[in-house]
Amino acid sequence: MPSLDDLKKRISSVKSTQKITKAMKMVAAAKLRRAQENAERGRPYSEKMNNIILNLSGGISDKESAPKLLIGTGEEKIHLCIVMTSDRGLCGGFNSNIIKKAKSYFKKILDDNKTLKIITVGSKGYDQLKRTYKDYIIEKISFKESKNINYFDADKVGKIIIDRFKEKEFDVCAIFYNQFKNVITQIPQEQQIIPLKASEEKKDSSSEDNYEFEPEEDEILSNLLPKNISTQIFKAMLENSASEQGSRMTAMDNATRNAGEMVDKLTIQYNRSRQAAITKELIEIISGAESL
Amino acid sequence: MSNSFKLDIVNPEKSFLSKEDVTEVIVPAFEGDMGFLKDHISIISFLKPGLLKVIDATAAEETYYVEDGIIEFKNNCLSVLTSNIFDIKKMDKNKVKDILTEAEKDSKNNGISDQAKYLVDQKIEVLKSLTLN
Repeated sequence: MPSLDDLKKRISSVKSTQKITKAMKMVAAAKLRRAQENAERGRPYSEKMNNIILNLSGGISDKESAPKLLIGTGEEKIHLCIVMTSDRGLCGGFNSNIIKKAKSYFKKILDDNKTLKIITVGSKGYDQLKRTYKDYIIEKISFKESKNINYFDADKVGKIIIDRFKEKEFDVCAIFYNQFKNVITQIPQEQQIIPLKASEEKKDSSSEDNYEFEPEEDEILSNLLPKNISTQIFKAMLENSASEQGSRMTAMDNATRNAGEMVDKLTIQYNRSRQAAITKELIEIISGAESL
Repeated sequence: MSNSFKLDIVNPEKSFLSKEDVTEVIVPAFEGDMGFLKDHISIISFLKPGLLKVIDATAAEETYYVEDGIIEFKNNCLSVLTSNIFDIKKMDKNKVKDILTEAEKDSKNNGISDQAKYLVDQKIEVLKSLTLN
């Protein structure tokens, strides 16, 4: 049985923890709104980019000479995985969900006897992956210093990927990130960016439109595809940041609630033992008086 | 019948400009400046550094400086996707100079490809004309 003093200390410590989690929740809620707005504002760009690329790739007559970024190297031996996580912790299952998704993908690749290379974006992903996959990580990138997500950071990552692709360091590239659905739900995503998967080709029925191209399709495509990679990375970063804040908000909300429950429980315990101590003292006095 | 069409300029962060009533847009396309009027044929092209002019129904003219981008014209809607665009009225002289010195440094670097060199030279030319005004 802990003494009254100990209980008192525990109650106040839980209370101060609760204050912290509550503050973090508030901060996350405020940041979430901004991140969500950013994610929504960023969507038209990536959608338009996607549309143009679909239109372009539909117009390419000679598939053989199409840029490698679009059709791939023709092999599938070396896989590069970009795992995008946050730089900060205390955001519930946010990072673990991405890692879990990525790990199952890694396992599949290694089981197929293919080569695996990993680039981590965000320090938490590196921390979690370094235990099991340290040898596969070829680069770790972190944007701890930049306050806001900006396109230049995404462009940097994009350039790294493209440079490595030009050096023929990998055949297939996939990115892992959390897609923001709503505050409670974030869906870990796996998206292949090289070669480009034209999954939405059916949707775009207007691709039969005859476009004029100036300069030639190939030239535009080879100019556009690297940009598309950066755009996809940027989109993933935006979705990720909204997801991170959402996930942190729910996690901190739960923590605040749990702390509240704990304070209630501890207070009851404290009051009971205080009552018991008083009763004990009274009994001692009474039995002392009786014996006289 | 009105002869205006829709213009959308988006950059990765946000939608930069959206106008329903532009009558003419002049863009610095890679192979030379290109003017767009209503009912232009569907076209996709990309941009070199230069000035993008927008003229709306009231004949008001706005000029923007763009560094790169892709344009698509389709069904009387012109979409401009660019990562670097500035309103020249809001551009401050020092900033122009900063970009200019950066570009001049790039241009002296011999390791770059001919195409990159061409783009950088274009950029310098445009920026110089901006600082003169």
